[in-house]
Amino acid sequence: MSLDQPLQSAEGLELGTTPEDAAGLGAGRRPSFIRQAVITQPQAIVGLAILGFFVLVALVGPALLSQDPKTKVGPVFGHPSAEWPLGLDGGGANMIPLLIAGARVSLEVGFLAALVAMFIGGSVGLASGFFGGRIDTVLMRFTDYILVIPDIPLMVMAAALFGRSLRNIIIIIGIIYWTSTARLIRAQVLSVRERVYVKRSRSLGAGNNRLIFKHILPQVAPLLIANMVLMVALAIFAETFIAFLGLGDPSAISWGKLIENAFTDHAVLNDAWWAILWPGVCVTLVILACTMVGQSMEDALNPRLRVGHLSVNRFRVRVLPRKPPKP
Amino acid sequence: MRSDYVIKRVLFALVTVWVAITLNFLLFRTLPGNAVSALRCRACTEQFKEAQIKELGLDESKWTQYKLYVQDLAHGNLGNSLTTEGPVWDEIKPALKNTLPMIILGTGFSIIFGILAGVIASWRRGTWVDRGNMWVSLAFYSMPPQWLGLMLIFFVATAVGLPQSGLASPDLGVLSSPSFAEYWSDRLQHMILPALTLGLVLYGDYTLIVRSAMLETLGEDYVLTARAKGLSNWAIVWKHGLRNALLPIVTLVALSLGFIIGGTFTIEYVFSYPGVGYETVQAIDRRDYPVLQGIFLLLTMSVILFNLIADLLYFKLDPRVTS
Repeated sequence: MSLDQPLQSAEGLELGTTPEDAAGLGAGRRPSFIRQAVITQPQAIVGLAILGFFVLVALVGPALLSQDPKTKVGPVFGHPSAEWPLGLDGGGANMIPLLIAGARVSLEVGFLAALVAMFIGGSVGLASGFFGGRIDTVLMRFTDYILVIPDIPLMVMAAALFGRSLRNIIIIIGIIYWTSTARLIRAQVLSVRERVYVKRSRSLGAGNNRLIFKHILPQVAPLLIANMVLMVALAIFAETFIAFLGLGDPSAISWGKLIENAFTDHAVLNDAWWAILWPGVCVTLVILACTMVGQSMEDALNPRLRVGHLSVNRFRVRVLPRKPPKP
Repeated sequence: MRSDYVIKRVLFALVTVWVAITLNFLLFRTLPGNAVSALRCRACTEQFKEAQIKELGLDESKWTQYKLYVQDLAHGNLGNSLTTEGPVWDEIKPALKNTLPMIILGTGFSIIFGILAGVIASWRRGTWVDRGNMWVSLAFYSMPPQWLGLMLIFFVATAVGLPQSGLASPDLGVLSSPSFAEYWSDRLQHMILPALTLGLVLYGDYTLIVRSAMLETLGEDYVLTARAKGLSNWAIVWKHGLRNALLPIVTLVALSLGFIIGGTFTIEYVFSYPGVGYETVQAIDRRDYPVLQGIFLLLTMSVILFNLIADLLYFKLDPRVTS
């Protein structure tokens, strides 16, 4: 396999993929290839724009707020008006600063939880794919068992038992969502491991550390990043879930928490739709944007995944069993 | 080969059950303090708590506790609720009865419309129908279920005149016992909005799955052959396309059960629909760990079972899968 392996040969990330039919992407061209693929896809541009906007708000916004976002500025569940375009919440606080503060917490949770998941999943996948043999068997068995256990109930239980602080929630989400990443990375490592330059380097006496960090990790990194973008969406989704069940950090304002607060403050009885609509719109937009960007990146990296599915991520499915090769 | 595969899958399921039981035990027994000390209820005096600790064997070593737990489970004993003191199963059973029809209604809705929309989108791929459908599905895919449920309450429930919460109207059967039809139409009305919420969230998922499975199938040689034979579009899409695309769809739908169950937690909470999800939220509120533990175990078992069924079904539908 040459370094400039054409992209068309990129295939399968299925369970038990053999190195031969797994991805064989060109090494040198990949970064620019991603950039191109993302830029030429309209949905990726839209996604990036939305994501960029919210990241900017999360980074800069809270610093611009002159007072605590929870400050009471008007009547409880005040109607949207010229003074308060998005209305007031159940504590009479202006929705706009609340949403800005929420952006920071929600994105932070999403990003950090995804980072935890990436770290665990990436390490397991790397170790499993690189060392193979018994380590692989043990790690992948374990991954499979965890994959089958329904994630949201597990997460809710764990949050109910250990949660109620942002740190715990981040760790819980991260610990639960690493499995699909481990599988994905393992398949990719299996293919990279067998490439000529890796073999050559190994026969020249490169140690495992050097092989992993110099040769394999850089090859796997783009896929890991694409996966991470999708994972951020999943983590934000999970956070709204935990927060809504009253298991969130009581002191942190996240979008999920805003929905929960409005709900428990009887927004329904007060017909205060604005207190719930906007946080949800923010969550939906960010998840949508992450999904579009992550999906475009994965498509670009691995055309075979185009028929692998978005839902694979959410349902954490082992990717569909492989079809027999056509004669 | 054939029996090999089946045995392997069954073994895998059994080991997973064991992993789930152990995880369940570990989660609930490695807490700082213990399940009883965190209990919140009116009748929970110090004496009561001490008695509970004795009864649950919390003063024994962890290993003995584990053995006791597994033994109890083997006898079908999920333990007793800390708040009502009745068996956990008696708490879960009525909730399960309420949840099942709601889930079936919602999932049925999403399967039917998901397949329809997915097939149409794949057939008209690249057109505005496909693109529009894609955006709609992606949007539903991205929405938190609890938020979607609340939006339905705000903007649909009153407009259409559907009840927003509960299992049945409180005034039904107060003056006279309702007829069978009255009773069920009332139940159904209360079920529609939660089921619709679940259905819409799943609709996004299913449409995307069906579309991509169909796109793959429509690219196969036998579809080209069917077209060359001059078959009608109808026959090509439904008989040659969908029938083969159903394979991945069936498994993915079966595997989405974990997500469906998770979704019911918040959806039932939003609609105060007294099902398993609502029961879970209540148990969390009361820190009633035996109930939580029982629910979690039950949900995990059903997901493992469905995974097994999906695996075997896949094998049945596609004998090529043997590895």
